[in-house]
Amino acid sequence: MSVSKLTTLSEGIDRLVSDGSSVAIGMAQETLIPFFAGHEIIRRKKRNLTLIGPISDILFDQLIGGNCVEQICAGWVGNVITGSCYNFRRAVENKSLKMEDHSNLTLTMALFAGAMGVPFMPTRTALGSDLYQTNSGLKIMSCPFTGETLTAVSAIRPDTAIIHVQRSDPYGNAHIWGNLAIVKEACMASRNILITAEEIVDSEIISSDPNRVAVPGFKVSAVVHAPWGAYPSPVPGYYNRDHQAFIDYRNKSKTDTDFKKWQAIWVDSVPDSDAYMARIGIERMTALSITHHVVSASADFGY
Amino acid sequence: MLPQSEYTLSQLMVAAASREINDKEVVFVGMRLPMLGFLLAKSTHATESIGIYELGVVRDRLSPEPVLTMGDLPNLTHAQWLANTADMMGLLQQGLVDVSFIGGAQVDRFGNLNTSYIGGYESVKIRLPGSGGACDLSCLAKRHIIIMSHEKRRFVERVDYITSPGYGEGFEWRTRTGLPRGGPSAVITTLGVFRFDPQSKEMILQSIHPGVTEEQVMANTGWNLKTASPLFQTPIPTEKELAMIKKFDPSGYWTGPGSATES
Repeated sequence: MSVSKLTTLSEGIDRLVSDGSSVAIGMAQETLIPFFAGHEIIRRKKRNLTLIGPISDILFDQLIGGNCVEQICAGWVGNVITGSCYNFRRAVENKSLKMEDHSNLTLTMALFAGAMGVPFMPTRTALGSDLYQTNSGLKIMSCPFTGETLTAVSAIRPDTAIIHVQRSDPYGNAHIWGNLAIVKEACMASRNILITAEEIVDSEIISSDPNRVAVPGFKVSAVVHAPWGAYPSPVPGYYNRDHQAFIDYRNKSKTDTDFKKWQAIWVDSVPDSDAYMARIGIERMTALSITHHVVSASADFGY
Repeated sequence: MLPQSEYTLSQLMVAAASREINDKEVVFVGMRLPMLGFLLAKSTHATESIGIYELGVVRDRLSPEPVLTMGDLPNLTHAQWLANTADMMGLLQQGLVDVSFIGGAQVDRFGNLNTSYIGGYESVKIRLPGSGGACDLSCLAKRHIIIMSHEKRRFVERVDYITSPGYGEGFEWRTRTGLPRGGPSAVITTLGVFRFDPQSKEMILQSIHPGVTEEQVMANTGWNLKTASPLFQTPIPTEKELAMIKKFDPSGYWTGPGSATES
């Protein structure tokens, strides 16, 4: 019999995100960003982390502002609808943050190599760029078969991947849908996986559609029930993106002092999911709810 | 012809971007003005073009409602394919993407782009967000179009850091470097539209926007820029194009007066 992996967010973060560890978070790009779990990392005062992600939207900036980060391994760090992020800028410009500069393709290949258990993956991107100067995991190679010039991307094996999903059973079998970006590669490559889910459901619901499972439950370390856990990013089937929250964040994080005020309101004084939903407020939650439902045709997995 | 007061510079740039897309082409769509350029093309002259979005979305029809990011839920609804970044990048790396668009912060005479480190990485003055998918698009699409603000500090002889390679140091550089194809085919700025000389691979001024002078372009460019002869004026957006742009950007977030892009 499987053992339930359901736990609280604090316990999950304490167990799976230790000081100095590497964390892949925000793997679906603009959707399904585990903001609430990221905020718990700030609340638990985790230090010297390496953050791994394609584009983080504003979550990496928040973790940098929360003094959690030593190194960033990413394709892009900013605020998707407004541009640069200020904590990130300040940290790189005063040289308190180490960078491994990826493109989205090189990061995908790094995690894919980790997922496949091989030391590197070849790609044709990044040739002629300066990414090689600021990423120790990229090297020029010659194809052993054709002699072509390629980029070799060193494997990344994060200590922990944190993903947000629509629904999970207590054993870590989770349904995720929408665009998936590098969710699967990151889960496969990581030593531990922490899942935050909009809903916890019966295993029969999950196994009725195994194609939609992110990663087999035996590979998952912890499952946390976190409704609205991706807010302000969107969750297909659950809620839309809160653009205004991203604009507000830009306006309220320009200085370190401003950021600390933002952190006090949105992170420090929000101990749990109920508090997070209360902070978002019923008015915003209603405005962001799904109003045009497009339900897929069912698929028969019978025999 | 519409007077200049009837459209914004961003709208003119979006219209110029849309004209770079031919019907039935596969377009790797970026954020901001490029996304609007694709939507405009898709709803006017390139109705059978296909849009690929790096987060794992392929669309062969317009989203049912306007979006601000490629991950907004209407952009997922009735997509042709929802999949992984590796799938999108596979299409790109195989050479199946005809055209892509990328934004720039700093560009040089050979179309190399810097969106990472102004001042270089050792003595960084301004850290910008980085590559995202831009490096991949500039390396692997059949052609790419650069869209950016035109200022002297941004148009430099040599970029401080190459995030997204253009033609490197000029003729045949891409082949020597091992890049399989591509290179920038146009640069659309707040002052004009630029192409690249087929031999030298240097950027050439092709057209200037209404109300802009050639001298103004030269004064805002950090090298001795060559000009096409004859020099054209960039076509202004038609009323139909403007109506479409307003439909896709109803709040004017990207293209309205005083918008994110205009300011």
